[in-house]
Amino acid sequence: MSATGIGAPVRRKEDFRFITGKGQYTDDINRPGQTHAAFLRSPHAHATIKKLDISQAQQAEGVIAVLTGDDLAKDGIGGLICGWMIHSKDGSPMKAGSHPALAQGKVRYVGDHIAVVIAETLSQARDAVEKIHVDYELLKPVIDMAHATDSGSPVIHDVSPNNQVYDWHLGDKGATESAFAKAKHVTRLDIVNNRLIPNAMEPRAAIGDYDSGQDAFTLYTTSQNPHVARLVLSAFIGIAPEHKLRVIAPDVGGGFGSKIFIYAEETVCVWAAKKVGRPVKWTGDRTEAFLADAHGRDHITHAEMAMDDKGHILGLRVKTKANLGAYLSTFSSCVPTYLYAPLLSGQYNIPAIYVEVEGLYTNTAPVDAYRGAGRPEATFVIERMVEVAAREMGQDPAAFRRRNFIKSFPHQTPVIMAYDTGNYGASMDLALEMADYKNFGKRKRDSAKKGMLRGIGFSAYIEACGIAPSAAVGSLGAGVGLWESAEVRVNPVGTVEVLTGSHSHGQGHETTFAQLVSDRLGISIDQVAIVHGDTDKVQFGMGTYGSRSGAVGMSAISKALDKVVAKAKKVAAYALEASEGDIEFKDGRFSVAGTDRSLAFGEVALQAYIAHKFSGQELEPGLKEGAFYDPTNFTFPSGVHICELEIDPDTGVTRIDRWTAVDDFGNIINPMIVEGQVHGGIAQGVGQALLEGAHYDANGQLVTASYMDYCMPRADDLPSFDIGMTTTPCTTNPLGIKGCGEAGAIAAPPAVINAITDALGHEQIAMPASPQAVWRAAQKSLHKLAAE
Amino acid sequence: MYAFAYQRPTTVRQVQSALGKHDDAKLLAGGQTLLPTMKQRLASPSAVIDLGHVAGLSAIEKKGRNIVIGAMVRHADVATSDLVREAIPALAALAGGIGDPAVRNRGTIGGSVANNDPSADYPAALLALGATIVTNKRKIAADDFFQGMFTTALDDGEIITKVSFPVPAKAAYVKFPNPASRYAMVGVFVSKKGSDVKVAVTGASNEGVFRAAGLEAALKAKFNAKAVEGVAVDGSNFISDIHGTADYRANLVNVMTKRAVTKALGK
Ligand SMILES: Cc1cc2nc3c(=O)[nH]c(=O)nc-3n(C[C@H](O)[C@H](O)[C@H](O)COP(=O)(O)OP(=O)(O)OC[C@H]3O[C@@H](n4cnc5c(N)ncnc54)[C@H](O)[C@@H]3O)c2cc1C
Repeated sequence: MSATGIGAPVRRKEDFRFITGKGQYTDDINRPGQTHAAFLRSPHAHATIKKLDISQAQQAEGVIAVLTGDDLAKDGIGGLICGWMIHSKDGSPMKAGSHPALAQGKVRYVGDHIAVVIAETLSQARDAVEKIHVDYELLKPVIDMAHATDSGSPVIHDVSPNNQVYDWHLGDKGATESAFAKAKHVTRLDIVNNRLIPNAMEPRAAIGDYDSGQDAFTLYTTSQNPHVARLVLSAFIGIAPEHKLRVIAPDVGGGFGSKIFIYAEETVCVWAAKKVGRPVKWTGDRTEAFLADAHGRDHITHAEMAMDDKGHILGLRVKTKANLGAYLSTFSSCVPTYLYAPLLSGQYNIPAIYVEVEGLYTNTAPVDAYRGAGRPEATFVIERMVEVAAREMGQDPAAFRRRNFIKSFPHQTPVIMAYDTGNYGASMDLALEMADYKNFGKRKRDSAKKGMLRGIGFSAYIEACGIAPSAAVGSLGAGVGLWESAEVRVNPVGTVEVLTGSHSHGQGHETTFAQLVSDRLGISIDQVAIVHGDTDKVQFGMGTYGSRSGAVGMSAISKALDKVVAKAKKVAAYALEASEGDIEFKDGRFSVAGTDRSLAFGEVALQAYIAHKFSGQELEPGLKEGAFYDPTNFTFPSGVHICELEIDPDTGVTRIDRWTAVDDFGNIINPMIVEGQVHGGIAQGVGQALLEGAHYDANGQLVTASYMDYCMPRADDLPSFDIGMTTTPCTTNPLGIKGCGEAGAIAAPPAVINAITDALGHEQIAMPASPQAVWRAAQKSLHKLAAE
Repeated sequence: MYAFAYQRPTTVRQVQSALGKHDDAKLLAGGQTLLPTMKQRLASPSAVIDLGHVAGLSAIEKKGRNIVIGAMVRHADVATSDLVREAIPALAALAGGIGDPAVRNRGTIGGSVANNDPSADYPAALLALGATIVTNKRKIAADDFFQGMFTTALDDGEIITKVSFPVPAKAAYVKFPNPASRYAMVGVFVSKKGSDVKVAVTGASNEGVFRAAGLEAALKAKFNAKAVEGVAVDGSNFISDIHGTADYRANLVNVMTKRAVTKALGK
């Protein structure tokens, strides 16, 4: 392993600029003549707009324009789209209501966009927003998704009279029914996956800029996938054709999924820039982020699992209601369907699975992919089911899992996925040892002596990363292909620029991607620049989400590097006056086999550009190669997390005492960055389990619209993590990489909840397991114990 | 934020006359409550009168058997004051547990007391220690000062200049932080001086900080944690929100009182 090659824990190159305040985020960019946008947002969850009077606002000081949904319609600007078609059981297409960027006659959630004021200063824009007068006719809102389809429920979109977006299913119903018919034991559980608000550190922002000379637009925005944003804004929303629209996503301060989507604000800013003839800037404040960033999760599930008398799982039946909010956000439809149900087999050999999912409209913010996107929800279901089944059958939860683990690969599950490789038993063994499971009983007794309740919880998760083979997702309804592209440009002095369609918004690509180049070309990472986030520089890309940048993005770079090396060998052959077949490339030097004649990589690069030695030959000058990589399968990271915690029954406070994470991410480029991803993921997962939860009141007001009420995890909510790795390299991509970005957030919630229920003698508890909720459950549990 | 006039007087007398000149002026102390509400356009004072340069409001002194803290003393200074830590360590610890370092380095005792947030920490200390609030006009006993959520005995234009704390024999504050905001969901300050015992509760009640008579009676009889066991806390007018219903808060009052007593006894 070289100092900066694959496997080296290299410090992140980008951190110097971030830590010293030299990052360039969208809000740091200011364009000459820039104006400021402020949005009028709906204060009501559900209302028709009877009258919208902007005249006073138009007269207000500093105001340049006040624009509404009518103006969008007049200009032929289309609504926001959902890019994944889901078909219901009966074959009918999902019912996608229109989603105008500015309301057209109706508002559907608190925070919905009604109008925009563009003014010289932000204060003036905000002042003028208050001068817009709206005459609302209030409608009854639909807030509780459990009752969204009740007869007599208010209708949110006319296309869906019962508020159902789709009624979808996956798996073999008949086979599952026969599995249950044979069962000796059936475990049944109602499970809620709480709604989360993403809370990236940097709020969303956008600057629209229009160059009348070129008749071309530039959009600076906080995007995880600038090319997808350009595609949607061009082809569907109709801002401008692609060659007339440049999208730049500069440094982006976290996304967790919420910055994948194409929202109203950037659509309006880029469109309005031409209308007012000046750049238009909007930076969301934290309240806007709470109200109008796409939220995550929000499922209600009933699950049943059938076992034989020894505890072998025979079948799984899952019925889920998924809250999609007031509109279908960009990828919302696929999250509770194809990103969820195919993961319900977990690490287990389950012969028959049948899943039904109902997507529902409610008068709440749109719900879309959030760190893990569907896989945390699936993992929570299966890992809670397995836990409860083991307890009900009087079996050790680790042994129960082990009995049902998939042990031979490849493994075809009954729900689409074909796992290529894994070794679940190895992760379990290491996790049990690291967690000192055998002495847990003693630790529990010690806690009891102090009046504390100690519990241990497992989560043997699997997830699917590296989304995904284009043909496969296409057949399931995706409107795009999910390959990735890369270009490797070698400069004449041997430095390298890599242009990638992946986007880094905290993941450290500038370091890991450079490590791959360093490893392959034998140059230091300081000689490598990673270029991303600009549609004028990078030809195309599908962006960063679903832990795909390593498995898919780096595979594309790897392919391009192969081509670079192949061409450089040809150049070296001319330069060294040897035949190409005799050229060897190792540790950054091209040498003629069996001789001491060699050239460094940089020298060959120079030869490629001066072209003195092969002028007039078939070989072209220059050293620049591109590649597109379309994966052949998902990758399947897996692992075992063990959470051990202590509950204070007097207050309900839960303190996590130990956290063991054993993950199999396949091959690892930078172990330090991977650990960082695991830490952050666990923190978010613990946040979901213990602290976070979006809460709307019955009128559809978001109660948790600030940090006064929405509880983010803090450092002192978390223990130090014990992290271990097992490795089975992925067999379907050239680097053997699986992906690590979401594992922690997927694994953590069931580990925490299983530990709490263990501490409380199986008393069930919903997320977030707040002190109040745990206290109530602890009181019940203690009463039960006292009664026994 | 809306536009406002800004003034920076240097004496209490100037503050008073500045207040007289605007119909909707607000005093600015640490700004930790006032500025966020102005930024969110929830408050729109016509003038902001900054106390930051007013002389004589920033001292911590020992006067006889009292610790006297100027209105503009920051939470961080109370937390680290040798004088306070020696005489009333519970008060220093309370100040050290408010918010985060940024809040503690800006926020002031005068601002916190004047604001009387139902979840603020200081009001519990003032009540349980029997403190006196000194203004530019008069002295007000803590028992008379706090009059319900965000309501105090202060008249329009009245300025807190200092707070005087009698030194107790034993005292402790135990706070159960709201998981999100980390303000007190329930905070209990217990003090003992001779045969007198005071228990003040913040965070729990719709009426703001209050003294818990039942708990005081039990602890006067016997000052230990056991004495509190089973003493009913009336939660009928307690706050119920997504973080804790009234009955949960009532339980916490009991539990935090026990813990405060144990702490006061140095156990
Ligand atoms: C993130 C955060 C966390 C916090 N956590 C806590 C916590 O855990 N516990 C807690 O107790 N508090 C907490 N606070 C509040 C903090 O303690 C503030 O210091 C306090 O609320 C107000 O003090 P201030 O000096 O900032 O007053 P300001 O905000 O300047 O003023 C508040 C009000 O008091 C008035 N006022 C100020 N000084 C005087 C005076 N001398 N005489 C008369 N009126 C006056 C002002 O006009 C204004 O109406 C938190 C605040 C923040 C922002």
